[in-house]
Amino acid sequence: MVMEIVCPAGTPAALRAAVKAGAHTVYCGFADETNARNFPGLNFSRAEMTEGIAFAHSHGSKVLVAINTFPRAGAETIWHSAVSDAHAAGADAVILADVGLLAYAAEDHSDLRRHLSVQAAAANADVINFYAEAFGVKRVVLPRVLSVQEIAAINADTDVETEVFVFGGLCVMAEGRCSLSSYATGLSPNMNGVCSPATHVEYTQEGGDLAARLGGYTIHRVADGEPAPYPTLCKGCFHAGKKTGHVFEDAVSLNAEQLLPQLRDAGVTALKIEGRQRSRSYVSQVVKNFRAAVDALEAGRTLPEGMLARLAEGQASTTGAYRKTWR
Amino acid sequence: MQQSNIQIPTFPRSAALALRVLPLLPISASLTAFSRRITKRSPGLFRRLGEYDRKRFILDPTDLPILLRLDANGGIPITTAHRKDPGDGDAKIAGSLAALLGLVHGAYDGDALFFSRDLVIEGDTAAALALRNAIDDAELDLAEEIAAFSGPLARPVRRLAALAQRITGVALMRPEEAMSW
Amino acid sequence: MELTVGANQFFWKPEQWAAFYGDLCTAPVDRVVLGELVCSKRLPFYQDQLPTAIERLMQAGKKVTLTSLALVTLKRERKMTSELAAMNIEVEVNDLTALAVLPKDVPFSVGPLVNVYNETTLAWLAGRGATRVCLPPELPLASVAVLTRAANDLGLEIEVWGHGRLPLAISGRCYHARLHGRTKDNCQFACEDDADGLAVETLDNQPFLAINGVQTLSASHASTAYQIEALQDAGVSALRLSPQSTGFVALCDLYRNRIMGKTDATELVAGIVAQNPDCQLSDGFLTGSRGSDWSGSSG
Repeated sequence: MVMEIVCPAGTPAALRAAVKAGAHTVYCGFADETNARNFPGLNFSRAEMTEGIAFAHSHGSKVLVAINTFPRAGAETIWHSAVSDAHAAGADAVILADVGLLAYAAEDHSDLRRHLSVQAAAANADVINFYAEAFGVKRVVLPRVLSVQEIAAINADTDVETEVFVFGGLCVMAEGRCSLSSYATGLSPNMNGVCSPATHVEYTQEGGDLAARLGGYTIHRVADGEPAPYPTLCKGCFHAGKKTGHVFEDAVSLNAEQLLPQLRDAGVTALKIEGRQRSRSYVSQVVKNFRAAVDALEAGRTLPEGMLARLAEGQASTTGAYRKTWR
Repeated sequence: MQQSNIQIPTFPRSAALALRVLPLLPISASLTAFSRRITKRSPGLFRRLGEYDRKRFILDPTDLPILLRLDANGGIPITTAHRKDPGDGDAKIAGSLAALLGLVHGAYDGDALFFSRDLVIEGDTAAALALRNAIDDAELDLAEEIAAFSGPLARPVRRLAALAQRITGVALMRPEEAMSW
Repeated sequence: MELTVGANQFFWKPEQWAAFYGDLCTAPVDRVVLGELVCSKRLPFYQDQLPTAIERLMQAGKKVTLTSLALVTLKRERKMTSELAAMNIEVEVNDLTALAVLPKDVPFSVGPLVNVYNETTLAWLAGRGATRVCLPPELPLASVAVLTRAANDLGLEIEVWGHGRLPLAISGRCYHARLHGRTKDNCQFACEDDADGLAVETLDNQPFLAINGVQTLSASHASTAYQIEALQDAGVSALRLSPQSTGFVALCDLYRNRIMGKTDATELVAGIVAQNPDCQLSDGFLTGSRGSDWSGSSG
């Protein structure tokens, strides 16, 4: 079976671009704190979601709605109504991370398909089977800490479909288990749907350097003409011990294009592209490339190579944890 | 690790010199009228700015001797041309004219331009992001807007834009989106 | 209000490990969580000392709980987690994998690395057999209050991160190994050199984070010195103190005096600073605008 391309859409225009470019499936979220890309100017109103889903369905594509932050104590109804509204809008599935929200969806919207978000950091078959048994989860988005061999081992031990990230931003921490951002800025992926938020970013020209700060902490400094990555905390340049450098991760993004045959053989159902914050131009180019790649793979042709490098952060890419030496 | 680059064209120097002597007042008046027209045709654009719809944006085409100030003004935008940065912007987006136009037309990806430093953002980063995302969703086509603005001259304007785009490599209009599958 | 000693986050030499838990027998604490939280490669070094430590702590009247790993990926880690269930000691779940392998009728506690952000999650865990929950350190005081009220109705005890470097992130990658130019599989236990984590500073030499193998901690030590009354009023049952390599029993004394009302916030902070003058403190997750904020004037 052809691996399913699951593509991001931060705006209705990006959703249409993704569908036209050949995405089998598009994922998106409501314009509020219920999804993990709660960025300025992004995401869907209720009406836009209904229209977007209708557009995708009319072209044979599916839409998944990410409601993958952790509901705030005392305000859970905001998240409950997001699930209800996604259901009413005709979503093919919701992507959830919180145990309580999963319990709610399984109870009150049992016929709405549930996927387990990467934010749940379910990294082995035992816990994945547990989510399937407890909440009827049909698919899991695997955290970006696993090697291809480990993914194969998971698929051997579970009937739950697996979806893996193949392109885009790379979290080096287990997602949903990281509060670096709220430590420095007060806003976190888990609670607010943002990481290293633009509201707390400050760029200043200092001498010949461009300094990027987040919440007042210097994340990196680059000389004129050097690539300037966004100041994401875990991609910063710091002093540790007697060394100075990218302690956690270089300013790279994930590109597992060349690992598609191995991922298919590992039993992966769907390939996820990161980037709901990226433009429709990006979405369109990446989707076309990956759709061509999976179709070539299916037809037994060789894969097209290296079309996507410029879109990568810092213009450099890595295959991440899929190769074990990354750790 | 992979590295690559695409070349973004710059505005011809001779044409830039010509802009230096043009009077700014009529340019500003046309720009404001033009941006209000866009607002009318794409009402979602300023709605998408949300809490940033009262911000002032300085747009600095670095290969031109002028800067533009876009005051979102709650959805009734005021756009003015300046020889120097007026200094009262909340956020500044600088890059070659081709990079800025390519961004508007969805020919380039904003993050990619930013990572390669073809685009530089200063000031309120969140406001600049909101503007970028709102413009991306609006699927603007400036050449089409100008053509529609030009009444009987619409057809020649469209042809001229297409010709200029072919010659300069600058994205003056929205690329055709064909169904790939 | 009670005091709980959380699982040790660091990698100490076996002698130091044994001495630490020996000392805790006489420390003014009610509960001790032991076992390996961070990295499965560390456990074999002190595993054979666990039974003795547990027995001594129990004889000294402490309640004892065993932690699960924070992130379970490998086969041997799944096995390790299954073996926990067979030890007949209460398990503190710090990754839901542990819940998956625990028999359904066995009561358990939930550690700070499980995402318990709201009432429905709390109720679901209670239904499954949870008896106490240490809330994630990221939660603001308002959420702590709401969750503690809900927990009272469910018969659950709520615990809050009381003191120590904050566990901010867990990864598949080992940062100690990376810093030394080694892979995780060939780490040569570089984290052993840094008994309280290795400081990470910004390019402007501002203390920021600390690395501890696959874990990332805050540079600052979180302290609830200023929130004790608010937490007591909210109905929080216990404060969690996180092990550090020096002066830990004295730190337990300082907090015991504070929760008994014998000292106020200023005196507690003075005590902490006297013990460790370079110690940077924070309480921003509870009451500040961000985690690294601090209510006090010094520290």
